[in-house]
Amino acid sequence: MMGKIILKKVCVDIPVYNSQGRSLKKTMMGIATGGRIGLTEAGKTVIRSLDNIDLQIAPLERVGIIGHNGSGKSTLLRVLGKVYAPSSGEIKIDGKIGSLIDISLGIDGEATGIENIYLRAALLGVPKKQVDRDLQSLIEFTELGDFINMPVRTYSTGMHLRLAFAVSTMISPEILLMDEWLSVGDNNFQARAEERLNKLIQRTNILVIASHSRALIERCCTRVIWLEHGKIKMDGVPSEICPLYFNY
Amino acid sequence: MIKLNANREGKIDILAAIKNIYLPLYLAKSDIRQRYRRSTLGPFWITISTGVMIACLGSIFGTIFKTPLYDFLPFLSAGLILWGFISSTLTEATTVFSSSEPIIKQLPIPLFTHVIRMVARNFYIFLHNLIIFPIVLICVQRPLTWESLYLIPGLAILLLNLLWASLSIGIICSRYRDLTQIMTSILQIFFYVTPIIWMPSALPARASLMVLDPNPFYHFMQILRCPLLGESPTSLNWGITLLITIVGWVFAGILFDKYRSRIAYWL
Repeated sequence: MMGKIILKKVCVDIPVYNSQGRSLKKTMMGIATGGRIGLTEAGKTVIRSLDNIDLQIAPLERVGIIGHNGSGKSTLLRVLGKVYAPSSGEIKIDGKIGSLIDISLGIDGEATGIENIYLRAALLGVPKKQVDRDLQSLIEFTELGDFINMPVRTYSTGMHLRLAFAVSTMISPEILLMDEWLSVGDNNFQARAEERLNKLIQRTNILVIASHSRALIERCCTRVIWLEHGKIKMDGVPSEICPLYFNY
Repeated sequence: MIKLNANREGKIDILAAIKNIYLPLYLAKSDIRQRYRRSTLGPFWITISTGVMIACLGSIFGTIFKTPLYDFLPFLSAGLILWGFISSTLTEATTVFSSSEPIIKQLPIPLFTHVIRMVARNFYIFLHNLIIFPIVLICVQRPLTWESLYLIPGLAILLLNLLWASLSIGIICSRYRDLTQIMTSILQIFFYVTPIIWMPSALPARASLMVLDPNPFYHFMQILRCPLLGESPTSLNWGITLLITIVGWVFAGILFDKYRSRIAYWL
């Protein structure tokens, strides 16, 4: 099992286009007329979302990311998930990535529960053989019973989440990315979900979780990174950083 | 903002998508299944509307152009079915990345996967529409011939071209959103310029050189429509389509290498 993350001087600039910058016609007019017609303003604002991040995460680390809204937590998760390529800097990520950021992604309301299990598993890169093998235990876990053959749009919110949770936790990645802890369902289900999630975390090599919850960070992380304005403000063990951040 | 350094990101992406081709084909199939779910006829609704259009246009234009239905009806139906496939693929290509935005922003799935999915989905719909053709042939009592086997290399060339074109259009359209409307207008113009509802034989010989040969869509229609009509496409048709395939893929490859990493930001 491997898993290793190295970021060197990583910057991420996110362009924000207004309707001017989105228009090919206006851009062409701007070029053709030397900028006199069409592009009255630049039409593009750049936001530096991550600024010079140097970071190394070794195998078996459980990293919590804290920081206020807009501090770059989600962007960092997206860089680690290879969704955003850094605008500058180097990035080296070894190992299969699993993302539990939006567990309902790819679920189709018109399709039945079973079809959605296969659909979502295909998106997550879970081999079909594994789904075939685990299908029964998965259905039992969701407690959906006969509803598993009904279209997902007929489900209650809780049932929907149980299905999404069950499929999403089938993955066995080397690097697991999470945005907040997943908690779904009533008390009884929550306990079993917790157990399933803990098992998933146990079989992954690196966990990176963004969270606002002190209890969560102190419970499951071995290291905390405090982001502010896209920079790493502090990096250390939870017992050292949590008191500073949460009383700040 | 734009990274100009040479890299092979796009090619790696395309290879990764092809390696796991099961995923886009499965997604396309589930797209089709979804259409069936909303109505019993599913994609056959499009087949019916194409059929009705062929029947109406066939009877009117056949009279106007004074061509016997034996010639005109198969010509028109082959043309409309193929054009439907080409134009709907190119139109959907404008939103191929933006319609998969949630997936692109969350999972590191090769981006070319979404292009294959879209082309495959339209190909499945095309196959639904294709059943009109034998019905038309039976109606006018016209046989298929061995030349129809040219359909196979023809389809292969068409698919290869739709893939590169969709990829390029998709990339440009995720940056410039107004291209969708431009695309629709361009396709509309080519629908009338390309012999689909009128036969090339209706043109005077001199005019056909100027109107037909420079039109790439004409050659793509020919390599597919001729086999359906039991004729063989000319070597000029094959040559030009193959040339476009190569040039197009080189262009799309360069574009994708350059901008692949930007697409997630543009969405």
